[in-house]
This record gives sequence, C-alpha cells and structure tokens, in this order.
Amino acid sequence: MTADGEIIHFDNVGLRYGTDREVLSDLTFTLFPGRFYFLTGASGAGKTSLLRLLYLAQRPSRGAIRMFGTDAITMPRGRLPQLRRRIGVVFQDFRLIPHLSAFDNVALPLRVAGHREDDLAGPVRDILDWVGLSDRIGARPPTLSGGEQQRVAIARAVIARPAMLVADEPTGNVDPDMAQKLMRLFEMLNRQGTTVVVATHDLDLLRKVPESLIMRLDRGRLSDPTGALRYPPRKVQ
Amino acid sequence: MRRLFRARGAELIPQARMSGPMPWVIAIMVAMTVIALAAGLALGNAVSSAKAEIEGGVTIQILEPRADVRAAQARRAVDAIKAMPGVSGLRLVPQAELDALIEPWLGTGIATATGSAVPVPALIDVRLKGPANPQALSIIEDALKPVAPSARVDAQSNWLKPVFDAMVSLQLLAIALVALLALALTAAVLLAARTALGTNRDTIEIVHLLGGTDSQVARVFQRSIGYDAAGGGAVGLALALVVILSLSRRFAGLGAGLVDNGALIWSDWLLLAAVPVLAILLAMVTARLTVLHALRKML
Repeated sequence: MTADGEIIHFDNVGLRYGTDREVLSDLTFTLFPGRFYFLTGASGAGKTSLLRLLYLAQRPSRGAIRMFGTDAITMPRGRLPQLRRRIGVVFQDFRLIPHLSAFDNVALPLRVAGHREDDLAGPVRDILDWVGLSDRIGARPPTLSGGEQQRVAIARAVIARPAMLVADEPTGNVDPDMAQKLMRLFEMLNRQGTTVVVATHDLDLLRKVPESLIMRLDRGRLSDPTGALRYPPRKVQ
Repeated sequence: MRRLFRARGAELIPQARMSGPMPWVIAIMVAMTVIALAAGLALGNAVSSAKAEIEGGVTIQILEPRADVRAAQARRAVDAIKAMPGVSGLRLVPQAELDALIEPWLGTGIATATGSAVPVPALIDVRLKGPANPQALSIIEDALKPVAPSARVDAQSNWLKPVFDAMVSLQLLAIALVALLALALTAAVLLAARTALGTNRDTIEIVHLLGGTDSQVARVFQRSIGYDAAGGGAVGLALALVVILSLSRRFAGLGAGLVDNGALIWSDWLLLAAVPVLAILLAMVTARLTVLHALRKML
C-alpha cells in the first residue's frame, strides 16, 4: 500500500478487446483499504471487464494501474502470482474445477500459497461448514446445485483471507436467506480489514450493506453517485 | 509447495495412467531405441574385439611353385623373423592344415590323380608386439628379401577392413536411429503437452488467478507425463529385452567368431537399462519447457 493508504489506483484506464471500440474508457479512481464497494450498472456496462482488471485477469489497453503500491502494468509476469494471492475472486460462473471435490476446490488457494497439508483440513472444513456445505465436503461440482456451487466458490475466494475480495454477482444463484448470509460474511471480512468489491445489479443488495460505497458503470464509463471515488469517500445516506 | 495438487484425489489435471496413447507411444519408442542401441553396441563390441585380435597379425606367404625351394625359403623366413625384436610369436602353418583349407574347393587326392600336388603357398602366421602398420611390414619385407625372395607380407587387418567399415557404418546408423527416436519422442511429448494444455486451459487459468505460478502448473504436467513415460518406458524396456535375448540366442547358435565377439557386456546392459530413465527425463523436460513456453503467453 502507498503512503496515503490506497489499495488500488486506476489512472485514465481504457480497455478494448481486439480492434473493437473500448468497453471501458477513461477510468480514474482509487479504492481504499477496509471499504465496501458495490459496482453497479446495466448488463453490458462493463462490470465484469472492470472486475477482470481488478483481479489481474486482463491488462488494460491504456492507462496505469497501481495495486498494493505496485505498478501492475509494468511489473514482471513472475510477480503477478504474489499480487493475485492477495485478491480473492468469486466468479460469476463459479469456475470450480470439476474433477476436484468441494474440499479440494476450497483448499486450492491455500495449497497454491504453500500451506502444509496438515494445516488445511481445519480451515477448509470450518469455511464449508459456515457456508452450509459441511455435508457436501467430498462432492464434486457437477453433483452440486447452482447455489451450492456458488457457496463453494465464495468459500474458495475467502479461505486465504485476501486483502481484497472481488465478487461478480455473488448472490445471483442463492435464495434470499443465503444471500443475506453471504453478505454478512462479506461484511465480516470487510470489518476485519478486507476491501470488498461486489458487482451486482441487485439494488436490494446495496441496501443490505449501509456502509457501502457505490461505483456505477454506464457504457464503460464510471460515475460516482455516492462520492465513493473521492477521498475521503462520502458515506451512503 | 511441492505438495501442491499431490494430495490424494486433488490432482489438478485428471490423471488416467496408461489409458491414453502417450504411454504406449513412449513404450514403442523406448523399445526401438533399446534395440537400436543394443545393435550399435554389439557391432561396436564385435569390431573392437576383432580389431584387437588381429591388430598385430601379419601373414607371410611364400609364393614359390617348387616345393623344395618353398620349404627352404619358409624355414629361412621363420629363422629371420624369430630374430626380429618386435615379434611376439609366429607359427609356420603345417601342410596338413593348408590342405584342409583348400579341401572344400579342390577335394582330396589331387597329387595322386595328377601326379603333382597343388602348389599352395607356405603360410607363416606372425604376431607383432605392436600394430601391423606399413612401417612394421616394411621392416619385415626388408628382412625377408635376402632369405626368402618369394615372400609376400600382408597385415591381417587389411583383409577385414571392408568388413569393419561396413560394421562401423551400421553402428553409425544405429546411433542415428537412436537420435531420431529421441527426436520423435520429444515431438510426441510436445504434442501431448500442448493437447493437455488446451484441454485443461480453464483449470490452468483458475489456478493462475488464485496465485498459482507457471512453475507450479508446469510441475503438474511434468509429473503427469513423467508417470506416463515411466509406465511406457518399463513396458518398452521389457519388450526390447525379450527381443534382444531371443536374437542373442539365435546369433550365439551360429558359432561365428565375429558374431560371438559382439556379445553385450555388463556396461552395455546398464546403458540399455538407462534408456527408459533418459526417456522419462527427456519427456519431463520437454513437457516442462513446452508448458512454460505456452504459459508465458497467458497473463
């Protein structure tokens, strides 16, 4: 992190795929540690593209991005894994590894980070228990329902206690009770210092986290209805 | 970190030991390599053993039609050669042995039938301490000129030179085959690794996004192909050993000196046993480099 405490800084960032027009244009904003951000916008506004930039799945076509005090554009490829380990991701389509059990999918970030096998079982069982899947620990994703897969994906994203959690429509496939429970989990992580960025078009969800800040994308451009992108950010009323 | 994806049931890419074509391709490659290498080693052994045997061998022929003069020259030649310092042994081949040599072509009883014996040259088999090079031959010729003017001196190695050359060519061919098979194995592994990468692209991307390094991903592929190569290598070696042992028996049955000299020695067997090990290493290194090269194109 930099001296002024920013966790992410985008400076005039643009993104285009191939030679098409830009899907994201002129994005300049800063995310701060310990904040809870909602990223909203209509379908096709560019939410998933912006999230891909945030979790380092994509390089921008132009502009500069600083993450955790490091220039994410010019940094050597070999250093990206260290940066990615500080970011938990809940993918819209879950992206679980189909031939691995729920346990092994959730344990993956810890194994990648080099945790000893003996130290995995406790945390993985705890988090699966928390998302209500303690009885499906050995089940493989194809045998799980959409909601169960989403909970496994969330458990995988938070198991390593990331500095930033990025979630793309995390409650899209769960019932309202589970959605509330998941948001409470996100809030709990946020209270422990994790910066949370949740992309959603569910406006009810925004009201469930009163402390959250809102970033709105409209045809690839960012607006700032709540002053989330200012410093100090204005709180949602 | 080494334990990554090694936990039971937590293989990053699905493992199907010995079920795909890869192990069997490796088995065939290893079998062919071991057989080609065994042939090359056997030929090498035969050539070097035969060369060592005849390296200092010199044959002196007394080409004189008159039997009494031929016998006298042969005796004088033996005396002259005996006195030379570089000679380790010599033998005047007895007339009975010479008759036996030509008997398959001319039969017996020629002298009785024609009234005169066939004027077969007298032969003296000489062993030199050093190699029978042109200089040594020239010294012998000079020594024989005054005492046996009908003598002709030949190095035994000259007679077999075309045979040796042919055998060395075959040996080079075997080495070239081994190199070509190694190249073919590398190409096969490269294709297999690329296919596996394509099949498991989503999984690899997820592992990357979770903070996995290229080395971690490459290690998984390298280990998977290593297992395939180990299985295939063992099968290929077993197959090749069966072929080599059965061929050895058949050649041993020929009782020909040159072939007998081509028997494999213990160090050759060790080298043959090393082929599958080298194939495993080659497959693993190829897989690793292929995967790392492909991953560098991903973010």
